[in-house]
Amino acid sequence: MKNKVYIRSVGSVSAQKTYDNTSFLNKVVTYNETVTRVIDPNYKDFIPPAAARRMAKGIKMSTVSAKNALTEANTEESEVDAIIVGTGLGCIGDSEKFVSDIIDNNEQFLTPTRFIQSSHNTVAGQIALGMGCKGHNFTYVHSSISFESALLDAHMQLMNDEASTILTGGVDELVEHHVSTHRLIGHIKKDPVETMSILDSGSKGAIFSEGSHFFVVSNKKGENAYSELLGIRTFNSLERDEIEKEALSFLKEQEMTSDDIDLLILGYNGDVEFDTYYEALSQESFKNTPKAYFKHLSGEFDTASGFGFWLANKILKHGFVPQVVQLGDSSKEAPQTILIYNQYRGENHSLTLLKKC
Amino acid sequence: MSELKQQLKEKIIEQLNLEDVAVDEIQDNDPLFGEGLGLDSIDALELIVMLDKDYGIKLADPKEGRKIFESVQTMATYIEANRSR
Repeated sequence: MKNKVYIRSVGSVSAQKTYDNTSFLNKVVTYNETVTRVIDPNYKDFIPPAAARRMAKGIKMSTVSAKNALTEANTEESEVDAIIVGTGLGCIGDSEKFVSDIIDNNEQFLTPTRFIQSSHNTVAGQIALGMGCKGHNFTYVHSSISFESALLDAHMQLMNDEASTILTGGVDELVEHHVSTHRLIGHIKKDPVETMSILDSGSKGAIFSEGSHFFVVSNKKGENAYSELLGIRTFNSLERDEIEKEALSFLKEQEMTSDDIDLLILGYNGDVEFDTYYEALSQESFKNTPKAYFKHLSGEFDTASGFGFWLANKILKHGFVPQVVQLGDSSKEAPQTILIYNQYRGENHSLTLLKKC
Repeated sequence: MSELKQQLKEKIIEQLNLEDVAVDEIQDNDPLFGEGLGLDSIDALELIVMLDKDYGIKLADPKEGRKIFESVQTMATYIEANRSR
């Protein structure tokens, strides 16, 4: 008998004011940009200055979202059996500086701080050091399914009783060189777009951003769990005409059909070239399923699906779909079951299934 | 010498990311490690690299660092006597 897995709490730092978990998208911040950044919490409220001075942005964001998640779950740090993080690029800012130092200084005078933070697993390591957690510590670097890979690992460990409480999440930070190279190859929109109108942009590329989302997941339900995580499935490559078949197969494993899904959350990012994947899933079996989207609020980054997962959990907990994320006219009050589908540029697809508990 | 001490304070703040410290808050004889600025062993490595890169001074014996890095004053005195750039 496999254990059930519950999302006990959420923590988020994003381009919206989500670090304040007392509200749920009451006031949405809109942008008219090609790149957006997170709304920073006051990091000094969470991190001692002596520790913060060497932290990369990704570590600071994650320290806040992880602490918020732990506080909300009312979980003692000693109860956390494992820390599992997904990141597409890790602390890319310090990686860039370290490599630049190597080039600028002719491979001499390399300082330790940037090297320490230039690895992808720094976030999980720093959170563990801060908590004194000596348990399983793992980082998945799987491009735009990094977050789902971390979540899948946590899900399997909890189902199989290898752990009982896990802190898991996804983080990516935005830095100048990364932006300039992705502008060059046309992955970022050429002209600024008003974020609430990204689906009407008619242009290629996405609005890039950053963010950190952490969750306490457990095989003990606790008092105020957000949802039950039923399953995750990832695909490195998938053709447009295969998505529906795979989604139905995924649901069948859970003894469900498309009729059981109350809300389909899609990772539309306004890129006319690749949003067609979401359109492909929105027809036929899921034609009448109420739909929502989120990247007009979060922007695009490798672990943006963490925002989608945060959104799904908040919807299940609060019992309504905020109008600002609704796609089309159809909406069901108090959804009980949510399917999230995400992909980036036609690769690294993920399906995540949650239900109210 | 006073120009060098000012320069050292600015470099220490910038390279060690001491965001909450202003140049005029660092006195010439304040201890850099322990009670003073509270620097640690990683900072010591950063300072050793700074001496090499900016002043052409290679510390052959790491134990020397203890005396050299006592304060901005001791650093400036050592740099004035040993700099090659």
